[in-house]
Amino acid sequence: MKRPPTPLLGGLAILGLMVAFAVAPDVFSPYDPLAFDFSALLAPPSWAHPFGTDQFGRDLLSRSISAAAIDLQIAVFATFFPGTLGALLGLLIGWYGGLADAVIGRLMDLVATFPFLVLVIAIVAILGPGLANMYVAITIVGWVPYARLMRSEAMVQKNGEYVAACKVLGYSTPRILFRHILPNAIRPVLVYAVTAMALAILLGSSLGYLGLGAQPPTAEWGVLIADGKNFFTTAPWIALFPGTVIVIAGLGFSLTGDGLADLLEVKR
Amino acid sequence: MTVMLAIRNLTRRFPARRSLADLLRGRPRQAVHAVEQVSLDVHRGETLGIVGESGCGKSTLARCLVRLHTPDAGSLAFEGADVLALEGPARRAYNRRVQMVFQDPYSSLNPRLTVGETLAEALHVHAIVPKADIPARVRALLDLVHLPHDAAARRPHEFSGGQRQRIGIARALAVEPHLIIADEPVSALDVSVQAAIVNLFMELQDRLGLTLVFITHDLRLVRHMTHRVAVMYLGRIVEVGPTAALFAAPRHPYTQALIRAVPQVKPGRRTTEAAVIGELPSPLEPPPGCAFHPRCPLADATCRRDIPVLEGRGGAWDVACHQA
Amino acid sequence: MSLLDVVDLRVTFSTPRGPVHAVDGVSFCVASGEVLGIVGESGSGKSVTLRAIPKLLHANAAVTGTVRWRGADLHTMPAEDLRRVRGGQIATVFQEPMSALNPVLPIGLQIDEVLTAHTTLDTAARRRRAVELLGLVGIASPTTRLDQFPHEFSGGMRQRAMIAIALAAAPALLLADEPTTALDVTIQDQILKLLLRLVADLGMSLVLVTHDLGVIAETCDRVAVMYAGRLCETGSVHNVFLRPQHAYTHALLRSMPGEGAARAMLVPIPGQPPRIDRPTAGCAFAPRCSFVEDLCTTTRPPLIDVAPQHRSACYAAARLPVRAA
Repeated sequence: MKRPPTPLLGGLAILGLMVAFAVAPDVFSPYDPLAFDFSALLAPPSWAHPFGTDQFGRDLLSRSISAAAIDLQIAVFATFFPGTLGALLGLLIGWYGGLADAVIGRLMDLVATFPFLVLVIAIVAILGPGLANMYVAITIVGWVPYARLMRSEAMVQKNGEYVAACKVLGYSTPRILFRHILPNAIRPVLVYAVTAMALAILLGSSLGYLGLGAQPPTAEWGVLIADGKNFFTTAPWIALFPGTVIVIAGLGFSLTGDGLADLLEVKR
Repeated sequence: MTVMLAIRNLTRRFPARRSLADLLRGRPRQAVHAVEQVSLDVHRGETLGIVGESGCGKSTLARCLVRLHTPDAGSLAFEGADVLALEGPARRAYNRRVQMVFQDPYSSLNPRLTVGETLAEALHVHAIVPKADIPARVRALLDLVHLPHDAAARRPHEFSGGQRQRIGIARALAVEPHLIIADEPVSALDVSVQAAIVNLFMELQDRLGLTLVFITHDLRLVRHMTHRVAVMYLGRIVEVGPTAALFAAPRHPYTQALIRAVPQVKPGRRTTEAAVIGELPSPLEPPPGCAFHPRCPLADATCRRDIPVLEGRGGAWDVACHQA
Repeated sequence: MSLLDVVDLRVTFSTPRGPVHAVDGVSFCVASGEVLGIVGESGSGKSVTLRAIPKLLHANAAVTGTVRWRGADLHTMPAEDLRRVRGGQIATVFQEPMSALNPVLPIGLQIDEVLTAHTTLDTAARRRRAVELLGLVGIASPTTRLDQFPHEFSGGMRQRAMIAIALAAAPALLLADEPTTALDVTIQDQILKLLLRLVADLGMSLVLVTHDLGVIAETCDRVAVMYAGRLCETGSVHNVFLRPQHAYTHALLRSMPGEGAARAMLVPIPGQPPRIDRPTAGCAFAPRCSFVEDLCTTTRPPLIDVAPQHRSACYAAARLPVRAA
C-alpha cells in the first residue's frame, strides 16, 4: 500500500529543473548572462526578455538561470557541512552521554542563544566576504539543530534491543554506531536537511544581498534582488522574478523533504 | 555434571535518580537492588529455568551473564576462567560461547538490514566461515530454525512475531555458542505460536548439545522444559532445585505461593482465596531480613531481622528460608 | 431471561487499506450472576467485542447487530439512557489502569465523579461510600489512599482502584478487558480472586476478556472462544476444556505445556495467526487446521448446538479426538 507520492514528484521535478539549469545553463539561457546590451536598459518583461533586463541591459532570465548553479551549490554545501558535523557530534554524544554530552550540550545552548543570521554575519565579517567563508560561518553556527536531532534519535536507538544484540555479538563500537545506529537514526536529520536547503538558499541570498556571500558580477538570486532594490519603484521586475525563483526553489526542497520523510519511514 | 558457568555472589545495583527535595534534605542516593548476592551454577547440557515476577532481577541477571551489565560485586567464571576481567578480543571470544535471545522480536532486529545481512554480519565479524561460504552458512542457519531460504533477502517487517524470534535465534546460533541465555523469548508471542518456539529450543538443544538458561515468568513453560529451576524474589534466589521435585513439593513459602497463583488450564479449581497476600516490595527499599517476610504466613522475628542464606537441603536442592 | 443478549454483532473498522471486519457475527448471552470468559489471541476481536457492548468504540467503527440489556437495545436507545446504563448498570475495567485513570486527579475524586453521576448521595455520604469501596477491593488504609494520585499506587493497587471506581454505581454487569495481563502472577491471582468474591457477594455478572486459558479455567462459568473475529465455540468451561467441539479450541488446548511428559515436544498450531484484513470464505481456522476438509475452505461453518448449552462452529466437531481428562 503506497500513497501516490505526488508532492515528492513535484518537488523532484522542480529540483531536477534546477539541476539542469546548473549543469547546462547555456542550453536554457537565451543570452549571455554577463553581456551588456545598451539598447535594452531596464527593459520590462517581453517576449524577447521574459524576465526583463537590468540597468546594464543584461537579460534577467539568463542571469536567473545561470545563478542556479551557485544557488544549488549554496543549498547543498550550506546543509552538507553543518549537517555532517552536527550529525556526527550528535551521534557521538547520544551514544556516549556523560561529560561529552554535557559539554557539547551547553555549547549547543550557547550557539543557539545567538540570533542565527547575526552570528553568521559576524563570523563572515571577521573572515571576510565570499562563498568559502560563508560556508565556514554557516557550519560554525548551523550544526546545532542537526546535532540535537541526531542526539535524541541516537539515544532512542541505543536502547533498542538490536543494539544490545550487537553488543552481545561482540561488535565493535564503530560498527554498532555506523552500521546499526546511524542508518536507523538518520531519517529526521535527512528530512530536516532537505527542508533546510530551502532556508540555506534564502540565507545565501540574504548574505548575497548584504554583499557578504557571492560577489558581483556572479549572478546569484540574492545578489540579483540586491541589484534590483534601487529600481524597485521604476523596474520592479529586477527584484521580483529572482524572488519568485527563490520561492519556487524553496517549494521544491520542502516538497522533496516531506516526500522523503514518508519514503524513509522504517517498517517495524 | 560439570559446571559450565559459575555465578558467585553476583550483585548489581542501579543508582536511582535523586530528587531535589532529597538532595536538600541530605538523604543518601538510593539504589535499586536489582541482583543481590546471587550464586548459581549452570551445568553443561542442562536447561536451567530462572523464574520470578517483575523486579525480581531475572533480566538483570541475564544481562550480567552476557556482560551487557557489569556487576558491582561477585564473580562469574566460564569453564573455570574469570569472565568479568575479559576485555577486547577475549571478551568477544566469550560472547562467541555465550549468546542471548531477547524478549521482543520486534525491537531486537535491526529493521534496516535483511535477515541475510544480519546473519552474515555475525558470521563475518567472528570469522566463523570463509567469506565465500557465508551465503551457504546463512542458508544452513535458516534451515536450523525452519525458515525458508528466501527469508535471507527479506527485512524483519515482512515476518510475524514467531518468525522474527526464529531469526533472533538464528543470529545467536550463527557464532556457534555453547550456552544460550534466553530472556523471556516467548512472552511476546501468541499462545498458538509459543509452542513452536519452545519446541525449537528443545530441538536445537538436542541437535547441537546446547546449554540453555531460560528466563521467564511463565511457570507452565519452566515446568515443561527445564531440568532445574531457580526462583528469584527481589534480587535474590530463594530456592533452586530439580524442576519436577521442586514443582511437586516446593519448600520456600514464596515458591509455594507462586505455584499456587498460576492459573491451571484445568477447570474446577475455582476458589476466592488468593495464594498470597500483599504487594511486591519496592526494590529501592527492600524489607530488612527476608524480603518475603511481609507477605509470608510463616514469618517470625528471625525472618524480620536476618537475611536467610541459600543452603543445601539435600538432592542438589537449595532453599533460602528460616522456616522451611 | 438473560441480562445481556448479544445477537449477530459485527464491527467493521474503516481504515485507509479498506474495511477490517474485527468482529464478524458474534452472538452470546450473559445470565445474572454469571462469569463469562471471552478468550482468543491477538486480533481475535475479543476486546473489540467487549467494547462494542456499551458502545465504547471510536467513530471509525461501524457496529451492526443487537445488544439487548434487560430487553432494551443499547445501540438504539437514546444517548441519555445509554449514559445511565453505561457506568451505572454496566461498568468497565481496562487492561492498563494507568492510562484509564486520570493522572492529575486523586483517586477519591475519580470515585466521587461516578457517585455524583449515578447516585443521589450527598458529599459526606459519597466520601463514606468511597472509603467503603476502597476497603471492598482490598486497599489498606482507604481514608489516606482516597487523597492520593494514581502514580502513588502500585500496578495491582491501581487495578484495585479501577475496580472500585467501576463498582461505585453498583453495576449489575462488570466488563473486564484483560484486567490482569499487565500484572505479576501473584497480583493477577489476587485480582481474579477479588473479582470472583465481588461476583459472589454483590450478585454481579462478569464478562472477562483474556488470552490466558488458565485464567478462564479458574475463573469463569462459561467461555466463548474467538478466532479472527468469529465465535468458534461457546459452552460451560468444564465442557469446552474437557470436550472441545471446535478444532481451534482443541488445537489450542493441546498446544499448552503441561499436557504431555516433561520436555516432550509440544504440539504447536502450524501456520501464522490470521489476518483479519484478509477475510476468508470458509472457516478462518481452516488454513491451520489438521482436521480440515473441503467444505471448511469454501463454506463458513454455522454456530450450532452440539450438546445442551454447548455451541460450536466446526464441521469436524464430531471427529475431534476426546481429550484425556
